[in-house]
Amino acid sequence: MAVIRDMMPAFDLFQPTTTDEALGLLSEHGESAWVLAGGLDTYDWFKDRVKRPTAVVDLGGVEELHEIRSLPEGLAIGAMAKLTEVVRHPEVKQSYQLLSDAAALVASPQIRNQGTLGGNLGQDTRCWYYRDGWNCYRAGGNICYADTPTAMNREHCILGASRCVAVNPSDTAPALIALDAQFEIRNGSGTRTVSAEEFFVGPAVDIERMTVLEAGDLLTTIQLSPKWAGARFYFEKSRDRAVWDFALASVASAAVVTNGVVEDIRIAVNGVAPTPLRLRAAEDLVRGQSMNNDLAKRAGEAAVEGVRPLAHNGYKVALLRNLVTRSVRGGEA
Amino acid sequence: MQIFEWGVDPWGQEMLVRISWDLLYLAFWTGIAFILFHIVYAAVWLPKLVRAKHSNNTDATVSANLPERITRHTGAARFFHWIMAASMIVLLITGFFPVIGVQFPWLTLHWVSGLFLTVSIVYHILHATFFLDFWSIWILPVDLQEAWKRIRHQMGKSSDDIPKHGKYPLDHKLYHLAVTLGGLAVIGTGLFMMLRIETPLWARNAYFLEDATWGLVYALHGFSAVFFVTLTLTHIYFAVRPEKLWLTKSMVFGYVERDRYLEHHDPDRWVVSEESSKQ
Repeated sequence: MAVIRDMMPAFDLFQPTTTDEALGLLSEHGESAWVLAGGLDTYDWFKDRVKRPTAVVDLGGVEELHEIRSLPEGLAIGAMAKLTEVVRHPEVKQSYQLLSDAAALVASPQIRNQGTLGGNLGQDTRCWYYRDGWNCYRAGGNICYADTPTAMNREHCILGASRCVAVNPSDTAPALIALDAQFEIRNGSGTRTVSAEEFFVGPAVDIERMTVLEAGDLLTTIQLSPKWAGARFYFEKSRDRAVWDFALASVASAAVVTNGVVEDIRIAVNGVAPTPLRLRAAEDLVRGQSMNNDLAKRAGEAAVEGVRPLAHNGYKVALLRNLVTRSVRGGEA
Repeated sequence: MQIFEWGVDPWGQEMLVRISWDLLYLAFWTGIAFILFHIVYAAVWLPKLVRAKHSNNTDATVSANLPERITRHTGAARFFHWIMAASMIVLLITGFFPVIGVQFPWLTLHWVSGLFLTVSIVYHILHATFFLDFWSIWILPVDLQEAWKRIRHQMGKSSDDIPKHGKYPLDHKLYHLAVTLGGLAVIGTGLFMMLRIETPLWARNAYFLEDATWGLVYALHGFSAVFFVTLTLTHIYFAVRPEKLWLTKSMVFGYVERDRYLEHHDPDRWVVSEESSKQ
């Protein structure tokens, strides 16, 4: 089991100043390298001795990854942009308020000052069995300790489980899926772009990671499309305490509503499945319809079709249903 | 190279998790090495050996009464074989491609294919037991005597003619035995492992066995599965070798030609039935 200590095991620290230099280091060290962004998830792993990389690549000095740039094709946010910078950026607030709202609810002000958008997206699950170093599926074992009759699984998933029942903890992920953001990933052999939805990997595909990022990969830019700029947004995060807590469930939606008719909509939730989940069935139900309470309720019902709650998280079914209902309705309970 | 992967249970005790995936690579390269060895053996060494002569004591009346085509595998047997082959290929791909880095949602495909394999093997056991010549595929003392004579003959130690084999030669029987043992192990453990995953068949129960027993189940499943990597590679290799194509063809069309039958098989040990003659 993990034992938290004051000292971390020794590692080689690299502090590149350019993206190319960082990529070279990641290629050189392969699977033994660890990408350090804000450091808020990293140091827990190291102190718990659950993760023991031999090389740590600190991206703090790579200025180009901190930039938020307005481009003709939308807004490009560097993966190392601090969450506070994202929250306060004028164009984010003006055109992509959804992301600003989501980022503003991450943890606490101090953590948002230090934490980065890329780090928030790439963080590992909060499942305590896994974090404590138990030899579960995600850690290479052959069991999910959270998926047992007596397990503490109040915060775990109700949808999409495949052996592992951990959930993704990111607050900004559902917002970026709703905004149809594109993620630029670079490695030693080139650049590829994946949608926010495709960026996250569930246990059915790979039980030992949460994103498509592999050794040598670096998430460099989050690109926001102008298509959803200024849409009607809704973000809500439900958590046990008002600040400094992870979501029990969260919902993000972006809708284009004209004369009361929903022309287009994207709804994403997190905290209920191993990956942030886009609710296509609910979207299809709402798209092209006149907005009303009944429609919102039916969208909420569609969201919970197929749920399989665990021993202690049945409350998430009603929570998810109500969050989606409220997001479609636009706020009022 | 490691044989097993170990973990730590919640009480801090070391526990077996599964086999090491090093064994997957070992099984693959063992299969490739065997194939390369056999290619060289068949091309270089075999022609230099004293060629075995089959006894040629087939009664002329026997051959005169034989049909042109003799059934070797019934339609049902062939159907079983190809269902099993398809299931096995899907199982190997879904089981091992993610291990070597090809990621996709493999689990449902894997257990569904496993059920196909299970059902087809249960069917095969019943079919072979009650409707086929059950003992024709099992290794009997006469097979060992034949094998010993063949070895002595090939090594130039004996000039006696060697007897022809029955319906299946010893190498086929050995392969069948290996597949039987590996298949029963992989299916038996696989069914237990299905208790740990979400299926519509039954409720998950991770505590059905003790942690240490689960480790053994996973390890046995892994051993059997990597064994099938070697078995499948060599099976496909022999199936496409030119001198074996007539046997492969019989698994497609069901029959062997009379000349092949007389050349390789002992009519007293593989008695052609009335049914075969109708082909």
